[in-house]
Amino acid sequence: MPVEVRDLTHTYNEDSPFAAAALRDVSFAIEDGEFLGVIGHTGSGKSTLIQHLNGLIRPTSGTVIVNGLDLSDKSTDLRRVRRRVGLVFQYPEYQLFEETVQKDIAFGPRNLGLDGDEVQRRVEEACALVELPFAAVRDKSPFELSGGQKRRVAIAGVLAMEPEVLILDEPTAGLDPAGRDAILALIRRWHEGGRTIVMVSHSMEDVARLADRILVLDHGKKAMEGTPREVFADAGRLQEMGLDVPAATRLARELSDRGFDVPRDLYTLEELEEALLRAFGEGGSAC
Amino acid sequence: MLKDITLGQFYPGDSLVHRLDPRVKLVLMVVYIAMVFLVEGFLGYLFLAAFLAVSAFLSRIRIKFLLRSIRPVLFIVVFTFVLNILFTRGDHPILEWGVLHITWEGVRFAVFMSLRLVFLLAGTSLLTLTTSPIALTDALERLLKPLNALHFPVHEMAMMMTIALRFIPTLLEETDKIMKAQTARGADFDTGNLLQRAKAMVPLLVPLFVGAFRRADELAMAMEARCYHGGRHRTRMKVLRVSRADGWACGATAATLLLILLERLL
Ligand SMILES: Nc1ncnc2c1ncn2[C@@H]1O[C@H](COP(=O)(O)OP(=O)(O)O)[C@@H](O)[C@H]1O
Ligand SMILES: [Mg+2]
Repeated sequence: MPVEVRDLTHTYNEDSPFAAAALRDVSFAIEDGEFLGVIGHTGSGKSTLIQHLNGLIRPTSGTVIVNGLDLSDKSTDLRRVRRRVGLVFQYPEYQLFEETVQKDIAFGPRNLGLDGDEVQRRVEEACALVELPFAAVRDKSPFELSGGQKRRVAIAGVLAMEPEVLILDEPTAGLDPAGRDAILALIRRWHEGGRTIVMVSHSMEDVARLADRILVLDHGKKAMEGTPREVFADAGRLQEMGLDVPAATRLARELSDRGFDVPRDLYTLEELEEALLRAFGEGGSAC
Repeated sequence: MLKDITLGQFYPGDSLVHRLDPRVKLVLMVVYIAMVFLVEGFLGYLFLAAFLAVSAFLSRIRIKFLLRSIRPVLFIVVFTFVLNILFTRGDHPILEWGVLHITWEGVRFAVFMSLRLVFLLAGTSLLTLTTSPIALTDALERLLKPLNALHFPVHEMAMMMTIALRFIPTLLEETDKIMKAQTARGADFDTGNLLQRAKAMVPLLVPLFVGAFRRADELAMAMEARCYHGGRHRTRMKVLRVSRADGWACGATAATLLLILLERLL
């Protein structure tokens, strides 16, 4: 399910005093099995961008092509696209509505027209993926659960549709560290199954941990695109856009500035650990 | 999905009309409505049209936008027109065909009624387009203040209206978001028979209500935390003041009213 976005421009409320260009001439492609991170300041157009990827909003100009289907074409059957491109909105727990957790997760698969057994299988599987004890929560009201659990139910509701491309909009926003780790772990597990993932985030740490490639948006325009190493190497540019680099990168750069032999372009904790051991470990100058 | 609602939507700006005191605008609107009903001849409509055109010009709101506010009720205008043409009796027939009698009086009356509706809508839209809902409720509160003497809770009503108005855009935004989220999960709001469509609304309405209650709770808490207390001794951040422009507006309205009354009498 390759995705290609070409010269995508979107203006909300065209011909009104509220007209605002949320996206301008954005082009990029997503390959199968890839993990794309999308970062950018609040209001930079991240949410607008990803809603184009399954046809929830139509481009003002430009094209979005998913698996050969042109989503800007009015005759394209968007339902066919939506069953293969799953979208988890920001704060997805606010869209829960059913009486029980089981029914809520089953909403998506049932809309796909699957039979009862298949729906049941998918609901249980999705519950296992998000690490919810199915037997304990199946008959509970989703409204009784904790915030982190609600979010996992909402994500399970999309996973149960088994999309080939999974898009998540700020999936860890507003969660405590444990809840965040749980969500990131489940996203990683889903990705390890070979599925394509697009994750919007403003946490550099999260993106650094998971993404193969990063797309940086600034005021509706594509500002940077590349591997995490390439993107985080240009810390100055990111800071101009009100973004940051991961803490590991920041520390490595500070040390390098002070004359220590630490690479400036590392971005994961593991790399940092290794670099620190190399620089300080043998000589025993640290600790 | 929910963008076509212009009726009652504020169009921010800094024109002469925008800056008029909302109380004055509200009172003038009442006079305007009275004028619409007082008009008896085409000359009167000409005066009214001139008045409206000048106001619209001064407000710097594009005519296209003003006309768009009529679109949602165009059906009613057309309906009124047809109904009046068909059911008005008169002595000067134009067309008689079976049970169908179309008379000069009917056409005249139908045109008048439709014009009346269009003028009402265009005028009131101009008010709401140039006055923020908050300013309007503020003005309403001031104008209704005398009712306090009858123990009518004017301030509380105005506050409730302000809050309701404040949350309409939020609710619309929320509706849009939930609709999209459920659409992404395969929900279908646009096809099926009436029953199916009603059922399809459940995944939209439940989260919407839950959200509205949550927000109401949070707002009440936030207001209490800041010691909100309605009623007397409350001061205002924005004190309304009548300016010279308000005088001109009153004058212009009075002149139009006079012309219309003259036409009616002569
Ligand atoms: N439904 C909408 N109607 C009008 N403007 C919108 C809407 N959604 C987003 N915007 C505007 O588009 C811009 C980009 O918003 P968004 O895509 O939500 O950014 P991000 O997700 O990066 O914070 C913002 O300026 C925002 O105000
Ligand atoms: Mg967003």
